[in-house]
Amino acid sequence: MSEYLLLRHRDIPNLDQLSVYRENGGFNAFQKAVTTMKPSEVIDLVRDSGLRGRGGAGFPTGVKWSFLPNDLWPHYVVANADESEPGTYKDREIMEGNPFQFIEGVMIACYAVQAQRGYIYLRGEFWQIGDKLNACIENLEKAGLLGDDIFGKDYSLRLFVHLGAGAYIAGEETAMLESLEGMRGQPRVKPPFPAVHGVYNRPTVINNVETLSNVAGIVEHGADWFRKVGTQKSPGPKIFCLSGRVKKPGNYELPLGTTFRELIFEHGGGIIDDAKIKAIMPAGASSCLIPATDEALDTPMDWESVPALGCALGSASVMILDENTSAAWVVSKTLHFFHHESCGKCTPCREGTYWMDKLMQRFMSGQAKSSDIDILHSVASQIEGTCLCPLGEFSIPAVLTGIERFREDFEALVRS
Amino acid sequence: MNELMEKYRDEIERTLDKYPEGLQRSAVMPLLYLAQRREGYVSKQSIQDIAEILDINPTEVATLIGFYTLFYEEPGGRYRIQVCTDIACALRGSEQFFKDLCDYLEIKSGETTSDGLFTIESVMCLAACHHAPMFQVQGDGEISYHENQTLESAKAFIEEVRRKHKQNNTSTEESDT
Repeated sequence: MSEYLLLRHRDIPNLDQLSVYRENGGFNAFQKAVTTMKPSEVIDLVRDSGLRGRGGAGFPTGVKWSFLPNDLWPHYVVANADESEPGTYKDREIMEGNPFQFIEGVMIACYAVQAQRGYIYLRGEFWQIGDKLNACIENLEKAGLLGDDIFGKDYSLRLFVHLGAGAYIAGEETAMLESLEGMRGQPRVKPPFPAVHGVYNRPTVINNVETLSNVAGIVEHGADWFRKVGTQKSPGPKIFCLSGRVKKPGNYELPLGTTFRELIFEHGGGIIDDAKIKAIMPAGASSCLIPATDEALDTPMDWESVPALGCALGSASVMILDENTSAAWVVSKTLHFFHHESCGKCTPCREGTYWMDKLMQRFMSGQAKSSDIDILHSVASQIEGTCLCPLGEFSIPAVLTGIERFREDFEALVRS
Repeated sequence: MNELMEKYRDEIERTLDKYPEGLQRSAVMPLLYLAQRREGYVSKQSIQDIAEILDINPTEVATLIGFYTLFYEEPGGRYRIQVCTDIACALRGSEQFFKDLCDYLEIKSGETTSDGLFTIESVMCLAACHHAPMFQVQGDGEISYHENQTLESAKAFIEEVRRKHKQNNTSTEESDT
């Protein structure tokens, strides 16, 4: 029995082959759902499990599925496999090592909302994973698990892989739908929400790869089984992507509620060259800089506790800065990223990320004045809360917390 | 006459079939990848061809090339070496790695080597943060990852590609004569 629920391929060789996946219980859950459960029962079960979205927002998955109206058809499921947040590489490992568990989750989601078409929106750089997923889908069609009248029931399902082409913004759900429809990936104004007006203006469920990879286990073993791991409000396992100045960066599947200290020092082996840890960014480039105090290190990583540190847990891409890392340099990198990725649709983000990036270039080239620190802080504060979608908002936390908590790093770059 | 359709008819029809009846505009990105496969960029003719296949305005096709970073309007090197220098990789030395690689190829970011084989660029996060430094190679209609790199391993890759191309060119010349 594997100790993993998501990264089971680490214990079971060749789990990416259909025969091996089925020998290890694969597609029992899908069969159980289609042959013995009503779609609404599947939704209730997933809601009762307390599964929350692993893409960053932590929204309850079963609740999301229940929003689709039953008087507007067809329904669609779109799997968000556009993993692009700097510091995040968990979905990639799932799809490379354990693709069928992810696909089974997509299929169960489709059945639960009675979608007959599901799309996997895969980031373009994952070209090779696209080939792999297409081969998986082909095998499932040959095995009769995808296609018409599955298990002799009146249910038909087809899955398709759709490749993105290098745009972080396409990971935002409405931008992803635009992209899937053949447009530039720019976010839509919400409401209406995708659950009612999604792809092709039809009700659509959008879930992250890791979220969907939990579903088969829940359907097979039940909600209580899933709740045995994690915390009461954040049940289940989570893959934490550990990166930056640690000895052993990598994906660690741990219960939600594990502390930063355990992740960084037990699993990650501590800091490179045994330097002092300076700060934690728990949600990739979209994150605050959290000074690595004892209190912060002992905080459980779940959706209730991390916000107490003034920061979202996001997709749990935990980036580590050591004592030799300048917070100002970090902010220059994250701003460069967001400026590059801003889609240009709304003014605060398009102009704001541009302006902040320019300001940070001034610091990095030794041209900044002391007053530029306050200008940067002021610009960031004025962008906050005004953007159309989360991208612009995500560019802010590192700037504000960087200046507020590590002002000396900015001052060190000011022209003398 | 639609060159793209003539060249890839089966593949294009399979692609169009992936999307619901009447909503084939969704196929525009797959078709851009197809158009880019042979030459590494989307030619003006291909833009016209795609627009005609999908019954949309050519400007609507062209706008996607500008928006998405994996599509190109201009030819570059046969292989685009794209080094991640984003924050997580940069924390593990990728900025120096990128600089060293530029020096080795004797070109600056965005430039192409004189043999036309390599363009080098720095790019945003490629979801390989635990295997930095790393780069992806876009070319011949595919994208491949090269992780846990050192300058030595990157040089070895580059020289291997050069050697293969030299060999191919020599054998083509021989068969011509």
